[in-house]
Amino acid sequence: MRNRTTTSAPAAGFRSRLRQFTASVPLIGWLLGIFGAVLAEYFLGDLVSYYLGLPKIPVLFGLLTVLKKPLLIPGILGYLVLVYAIPVVIIVRIMQKPANRLAEFLAGKRVTIAALVHLSLFYGALHLWADISDYRLLVLKLTMIAIMLTLSINVINGYMGEFSCSHPGFMALGAYTASTITLLLFANDKQFGPALLPEALGFYFFPLALVAGGIAAAVGALVIAIPSFRTRGDYLAIISLAFLFIVKSIIENLEFVGGPRGMSSQPDYANLPMVFTVMVLCIWIINNFVRSTMGKALNAVRDNELAADAMTVDTRRTKIITFLFGAFWAGVAGGLFAHVLRYVNPGSFGIQRLAEILAMVYFGGLNSVTGSIVGAVSINVLSEALRPLEIYKWIIIPLLLILVMLYRPTGLIAFTEFKPRELMRPKTTKGGE
Amino acid sequence: MDLFLQNIVNGLQWGSFYALIALGYSMVYSILMLFNFAHGDVFMVGSYIGFGVATALLGLAAATGLPIPGWLILVLTILFSMFLTSFVGMFIERVGYRPLREAPRASAAITGLMIGIILETGNLAILGARRLSFPQLIESTTYQLGGVFVTNKKILIVAVSLGLMYLLHRFIQKSKWGMAMRAMSFDFQAVPLMGISINRIAPLTFAIGSSLAAAAGILYGLAYPVLDPYMGILLGWKAFVAAILGGRGSILGAALAGFLLGFIEIFVAWIFPSTLRDVIAYSIILLILTFRPHGFFGQAHSTQLRL
Repeated sequence: MRNRTTTSAPAAGFRSRLRQFTASVPLIGWLLGIFGAVLAEYFLGDLVSYYLGLPKIPVLFGLLTVLKKPLLIPGILGYLVLVYAIPVVIIVRIMQKPANRLAEFLAGKRVTIAALVHLSLFYGALHLWADISDYRLLVLKLTMIAIMLTLSINVINGYMGEFSCSHPGFMALGAYTASTITLLLFANDKQFGPALLPEALGFYFFPLALVAGGIAAAVGALVIAIPSFRTRGDYLAIISLAFLFIVKSIIENLEFVGGPRGMSSQPDYANLPMVFTVMVLCIWIINNFVRSTMGKALNAVRDNELAADAMTVDTRRTKIITFLFGAFWAGVAGGLFAHVLRYVNPGSFGIQRLAEILAMVYFGGLNSVTGSIVGAVSINVLSEALRPLEIYKWIIIPLLLILVMLYRPTGLIAFTEFKPRELMRPKTTKGGE
Repeated sequence: MDLFLQNIVNGLQWGSFYALIALGYSMVYSILMLFNFAHGDVFMVGSYIGFGVATALLGLAAATGLPIPGWLILVLTILFSMFLTSFVGMFIERVGYRPLREAPRASAAITGLMIGIILETGNLAILGARRLSFPQLIESTTYQLGGVFVTNKKILIVAVSLGLMYLLHRFIQKSKWGMAMRAMSFDFQAVPLMGISINRIAPLTFAIGSSLAAAAGILYGLAYPVLDPYMGILLGWKAFVAAILGGRGSILGAALAGFLLGFIEIFVAWIFPSTLRDVIAYSIILLILTFRPHGFFGQAHSTQLRL
């Protein structure tokens, strides 16, 4: 609180009051508020949007409509205030004390239990929010997959400090492996014939298919890792790039997975709870990984490989394991991706996808789990919001990224640690002004 | 045997595009230790600029009624487009790379990548998605030497690119500017202390690399007269691979590896089904890099990534 000023100007007074207010609400209070707001939208959304003259409930906070029909902006703002802002503020205000007590209670429990409570509340809000339209559901799922991809590449490009270009390739390996398994075993497909196992089992075996996809990606990563971690520098960049082209080309030539036409009609297993669970697991495991001894060794290798070697870090082993780890999660994300879109072709795993993933990780911030989440969410939401601009979208997003690179070369939120317990701690007001 | 020779001719032509583009990557790397990922799209922009210049010159010739021969238009187009495209390169250096000289190298790579996307999309937004066809400036004649068919365009393409490479070699080895560039690539830190400003050498490097890419773009337009905004992606990334294969920062290596990549691709497509071209070509490259991690002529220096 170094910058606290004692001016009595109304704006400053309001700001400090606001800061005081926000600082006294724990995370669970905000989650309750968001849940309430989403609940309000679920029941009153149609009514409110009707009276505000909106054609339907603004999907994605009206971001899509703003560019298309500027006349609706006042209505959308009114909707945002009425449906989101007011309920959040009211609930947060009322629940401040109980929420703090709840947070204190949870702080005494194991972090897993506390996190589960928070996450289930958050999931409830997301579920209700996504229930309004299919578009929201799709955007939400793709954003979650993007978070997984960004995190997994951050492990390699951020924490390890190499420059890997092969993430779309890992994604493709995961997507095709998982799709082949589900189509072969659980679906009556014209390419693979009738289902070998009862279709009812499919959903429960789907995580195994995802894991198999991840393992396929990790095996692919081994092909890169063995030759490329003998030297440092840009060597990995080029080998992984070649790998990306090879994978894409091999898939194009494999007739039994559809060749250039791709694979379609994967069973609809990747529903919201599934994607959410996998994403949470991914964040959890990667966060634990980078905060473990292994993660610290990794940062040491990045900052000075010789010194790390001298401090008994097995640098080669560390790098290879990390690379495989990152590739594994990229493969899992690829498997989910295939089952969310229910169509993949080799063209979706090319250089453009690579540029997209790199944009997300460098926008959000290297060496930071929070940064990855922020980067993935903001680039995804931005690219949805700018969709009405069509092609100009791909001028604005790169420009934005260049600006970020110029002013914050490592990304918006770089080099931070993501501490769940810190995030969930109770925030009691002590005295105040 | 005839087919073999024929494929050598085709490989020479195909490789000269790669070699010319790879030179740009390699030169920038040798000075700044950075890969200019926008370079593939500079090639595309150069090709479009060449299209514009050629169309304008043809229009001028038609309007004034002067009987300007096609080869003169071609020469003027190449020179003029190289000149114009060099400004594109300098602009990229100014906005994308100079502010990031002290930043982590990966950030500069991302900036280059994003500038490339902007160039592609800008092109698409300005000219639309239709493909343009490059004007045929010279009549195509086919000569038969033994059993090998050689068109005059092929000869022209190979000759022009070899000539440009020779000029570049002379420039780098003999001129004062070239000496400054070599010094800069030898020691990035000490040379500015000797009164050679990196802010003059780096734009020069980008300008030369971009003008070579523009020449490649026009030659490509002569051989394959369909231009589309994404042509830079495929050729550019492959030329990047060639630049690595030749040894990072090595001019001679980049040129040789460019031709080698062209040969590999053409011969793979000759022997195997052409859909397997990328798989086999890149696998060969992976193999070469496994045994020679620094490429053909690269020095085994350990680069500490500035991250």
